[in-house]
Amino acid sequence: MATTAEQLKCKECGRSYPLAALFVCDFCFGPLEVAYDYGKIRRRATKDRIALGPPSLWRYADFLPVENKPSVDLQAGFTPLIKADRLAAKLGLKKVWVKNDTANPTHSFKDRVVSVALQRALELGFEVVACASTGNLANSVAAHAAASGTEAFVFVPANLEIQKIIATAVYGVNVVKVRGNYDDVNRLCTEIASEKKWAFVNVNVRPYYAEGSKTLAYETAEQLGWRAPDKVVVPVASGSLLTKIHKGFWELGEVGLIRRKAPVVYGAQAEGCGPVAAAFKEGLEHVKPCKPDTIAKSLAIGNPADGVFALEVARATGGVIESVTEQEIVDGIKLLAETTGIFTETAGGVTTAVLAKLAAAGRIYRDEEVVLFITGDGLKTLDAVAGTLETFEIDPNFSQFEEEVLENVVKST
Amino acid sequence: MSVKIRIPSQLRNLTGGEGMVETDAGTVGRIIMELENLHPGIAERLLDGGEVRRFINIYVDGDDIRFDKGLDTSVADGSEISIVPAVAGG
Ligand SMILES: Cc1ncc(COP(=O)(O)O)c(C=O)c1O
Ligand SMILES: [Zn+2]
Repeated sequence: MATTAEQLKCKECGRSYPLAALFVCDFCFGPLEVAYDYGKIRRRATKDRIALGPPSLWRYADFLPVENKPSVDLQAGFTPLIKADRLAAKLGLKKVWVKNDTANPTHSFKDRVVSVALQRALELGFEVVACASTGNLANSVAAHAAASGTEAFVFVPANLEIQKIIATAVYGVNVVKVRGNYDDVNRLCTEIASEKKWAFVNVNVRPYYAEGSKTLAYETAEQLGWRAPDKVVVPVASGSLLTKIHKGFWELGEVGLIRRKAPVVYGAQAEGCGPVAAAFKEGLEHVKPCKPDTIAKSLAIGNPADGVFALEVARATGGVIESVTEQEIVDGIKLLAETTGIFTETAGGVTTAVLAKLAAAGRIYRDEEVVLFITGDGLKTLDAVAGTLETFEIDPNFSQFEEEVLENVVKST
Repeated sequence: MSVKIRIPSQLRNLTGGEGMVETDAGTVGRIIMELENLHPGIAERLLDGGEVRRFINIYVDGDDIRFDKGLDTSVADGSEISIVPAVAGG
């Protein structure tokens, strides 16, 4: 297939590097990003060719930094784009869609980044994959490693939700619980990556990993009939997902698959870990790290690697990076569930709550098209809502049913 | 006793391949100057206009110096400093 990727380029000083396992500019420590030959992509990636591709993210292989599609793969991506009319009506809007990325093999968007990172890692000759994770990445790396028969080491904060630990360990990989927060885990992994010949998906092969998130933009555009929405709302932890969704829409314009018009990009964080939102509010060009304290553990990165780039994207497109309280997160999870039938984890609660907040503040006009990116599954963070829901319990007895259930149910009788 | 500094792989061409360098105690800023005397060229790679470059994190015994006094953070004998690229994770 021969990749359309040409080189790695420093986002900070522009120096270029070969397509190897590199993530940092040797000179200025800036992040490296994959650069492509867009003329080549334009000639190859026609709408017809994409339509004939597999129902997975690999239908966009021409836009990804790999030599070949993987031979064994979990077929992540191509998740539903759902028109959410009941949610829209609740918010006083008309055109809201939910990109339901809970419908991935391990129930989060991380399957996209891991698919690309693992394939590239194997092409580069690595025999062990690893990651520093807030949970979802751990699940995904473990599953993809199992599917491909690759040895894996997965590092997570020791206080992670039990569901996420079990849904990682079950794949038979090495799970290392680190007594510290995600930023501690990440520092440790960055140091290990300097010593070991392992492919840390979000450290030394991060430039490839990050490209996987672009496929969310491609799918959204294709599912809308090859156009971009007016606005998107995206959760922010490291900020990689947000910047790559923006890059994905930009690329589609660049290769002529959609009209050149970047959507307004809104970022969503929890107040308990909102360093990018705080920098946005204060008008800063840099992001001050914080110590996370929030139920949105999947977004609990206090020292976000791509925070400054997420800020740039939000500012350049006329968007905002907004944050919400713990209560708003829980309300967001319930609002999405009750109006769309989609149960999201806390990250999606953050995203939905930010959409609600923007709508209430009049920042989104009634007729504008908005896509809400729901990136993880509620079954992984049951505790977030467990104590807030009511159920009935009765004996198997009809009069008890009438007295204790029907009499207490107000609307549906 | 002295301070141990973990050097990331990106800077080891300046330390003759060494992943660990030792210096005397002091502030982080002074220690970087001492590193520069031992391995000329390293300060330019760590600092830009007198500040730590924006894509570098420096930790003293695991704590980010930005939560302390930045380059004025003091480092006691027996401590370990880590210099880590900031662009990982997520
Ligand atoms: C469910 C979910 N959504 C969003 C994110 C944010 O991704 P990024 O770190 O690329 O900003 C994460 C990251 O761990 C996640 O698990
Ligand atoms: Zn550079």
